[in-house]
Amino acid sequence: MVAEGWKEKRQQRLAAWRAGADEMEFASPEVKEKYLERMSIIIDALDGKKPARVPICPAIGFFPAFYGGITAEDAMYDYGKLGQAWGKFHADFAIDSHASPLIIGPGKLFELLGYQVYQWPGHGTPPDTPYQAVEGEYMKAEEYDLLINDPSDYFTRCYLPRAFSALAPWQALAPVTDLVELPFVGGGFIPFGIPPVQESLQKLLAAGQIAMEWIGTVGAIAGQIKATTGVVDTIGGFSKAPFDILSDTMRGTRPFMIDLYRRPDKVKAAMERLVPLAVSQGIRSAQAGGLPIVFIPLHKGADAFVSDDIYREFYWPTLKAVMLNLIEEGLIPYLFVEGAYNTRLEYLADPELPPFSSVYFFDKTDMTKVKEALGGVQCFAGNVPVSMMKAGTPADVREYVRDLIVNVGNDGGFILSTGGVVDHALPENLTAFVEAGLEFGQY
Amino acid sequence: MATLEDLKKAVAGIEEEESLKLTSELLAAGIAPLEIVGACREAMEVVGSRFEEGEYFLPELMMAGEILTGISDKIRDEVEEEADMGAKGELGTVVIGTVEGDIHDIGKDIVAFMLEVNGYKVVDLGVDVAPDDFVKAVQEHDAKVVGMSCLLTVAYDPMKATVEAFDKAGLRDKVKIMIGGAATDEQIREYTGADAWGKDATAAVSLAQKWIGGAA
Repeated sequence: MVAEGWKEKRQQRLAAWRAGADEMEFASPEVKEKYLERMSIIIDALDGKKPARVPICPAIGFFPAFYGGITAEDAMYDYGKLGQAWGKFHADFAIDSHASPLIIGPGKLFELLGYQVYQWPGHGTPPDTPYQAVEGEYMKAEEYDLLINDPSDYFTRCYLPRAFSALAPWQALAPVTDLVELPFVGGGFIPFGIPPVQESLQKLLAAGQIAMEWIGTVGAIAGQIKATTGVVDTIGGFSKAPFDILSDTMRGTRPFMIDLYRRPDKVKAAMERLVPLAVSQGIRSAQAGGLPIVFIPLHKGADAFVSDDIYREFYWPTLKAVMLNLIEEGLIPYLFVEGAYNTRLEYLADPELPPFSSVYFFDKTDMTKVKEALGGVQCFAGNVPVSMMKAGTPADVREYVRDLIVNVGNDGGFILSTGGVVDHALPENLTAFVEAGLEFGQY
Repeated sequence: MATLEDLKKAVAGIEEEESLKLTSELLAAGIAPLEIVGACREAMEVVGSRFEEGEYFLPELMMAGEILTGISDKIRDEVEEEADMGAKGELGTVVIGTVEGDIHDIGKDIVAFMLEVNGYKVVDLGVDVAPDDFVKAVQEHDAKVVGMSCLLTVAYDPMKATVEAFDKAGLRDKVKIMIGGAATDEQIREYTGADAWGKDATAAVSLAQKWIGGAA
């Protein structure tokens, strides 16, 4: 259960977020007003109320690049082009949420460090496709105890050397916890003198510089977009379900699914060990982001991946623990429920999660079922299909949005979104999405 | 005394240790490796139908594959014979792949598995497959069915281009093309010009049965 006082903490965090608007330099008082209005309707929806109108918050990926006539590779490498494309996107589509250019990431940094866990445009995938994760066994089956015993040491000396080729020499490092007594501290630094380790540290310094340039430049672009259009960030921090941490980018989906049978106790122990780390990441990143909403994309627990038994025993308990801890801190878990969750809605409606403490963005889940399960319980969002945004007509989109708002969003606590992330889509369909949201979304 | 029926039950029930133990016992009792392979194939059909019925999911499919590998290793080690656990593929050939620009393969792999346990030969081209490579594979293997998968919206156009490549090669009326993957639906089927959209791996098997059955 969540300790009392979570709601007060949440109110304080939301008030601080709102107060942050006074620190921002908007292009005009009208833009600031628009920004505050948008923030109000989003907060009202999160609180389960009927806002003045339905917030319009599509999940936007690389669409602004393609719409702006640049490639996905340009967007990751040329911040000038990135800024122009994302600026144009927000000037042309009056959505309420900020499609932040920060999620695009600095290609140069990934390249310098030889990031193995993803392929990105021009580096493994074609220049005009988004970045994509590479399924791999970055953690070996026999390494669960190492992870459980000391996750940070495991990351430093096992995981990172595999995840980044430039950090491969770190396998030669000793645990930093060795450095406790003078006679042995000198020896403890020998690994840092090994030439390949020194070379990797040089790259790390350069990577740090790239990261600073990137946040300086792209952070300013993001600030400029908000200041001129009044769009509101909806992602403050980031976290993940422990099941997905292990299966997405550590063990790989297939090996992890086998672990569920061959070493279930190790899997559970590892997931439990990851809970406080996932919570800490959520809290710290939300504080850095300045708004109390923690984005948690859900992957391998969807209907098609695992049975209800496995979901109940393995997936849900540690995700719920992460959520409860975040809620207790006054943060709002924002679950991006990818795929279909038709058989899992009872979990999301768990009575131990306080009413309107979280928000769920749905993709292929039946929204009528969503309303039955979560209406009056939690805020939810969805779900214009990305297929329709590409292959449908503006009339199709308009009708879908109308039906969604009339049948599912009519009682409030609802945000209009797309099902999945929009990369390729017809601009006229996105326009229709926004117009229909405004037309039918007035309460 | 262990029987082939016991082995079939253990494999179908995803009992790894029991399956391997029974294999050793059966081999020690002089049961021919070919019979063991036969029992495993039958067990995989059961796994396939339990998947279709929503009892089994990805972990069970993965484990069933692991158990089969373990059994064939045992046969090799204990009686020094190679056991071909591969599907018989007698019903016809399906060429399958994730389309150009997309490197997601989990959905595609499930479909390949399900087609194999249902008696089809699957030519799996992997991920990021160019349109012409689909065409070449169909020509080379004389396949009647093509399955294309994708997860991303950027893969819709390559999917459409692949269908067009079959047109250009003069093969469009010789193959049936199905599409699937989380980002696809009937609207994308229409957009790409494919013959059918499958909601899941079970639908892919039904389509193959309909098409290859009809053509045979």
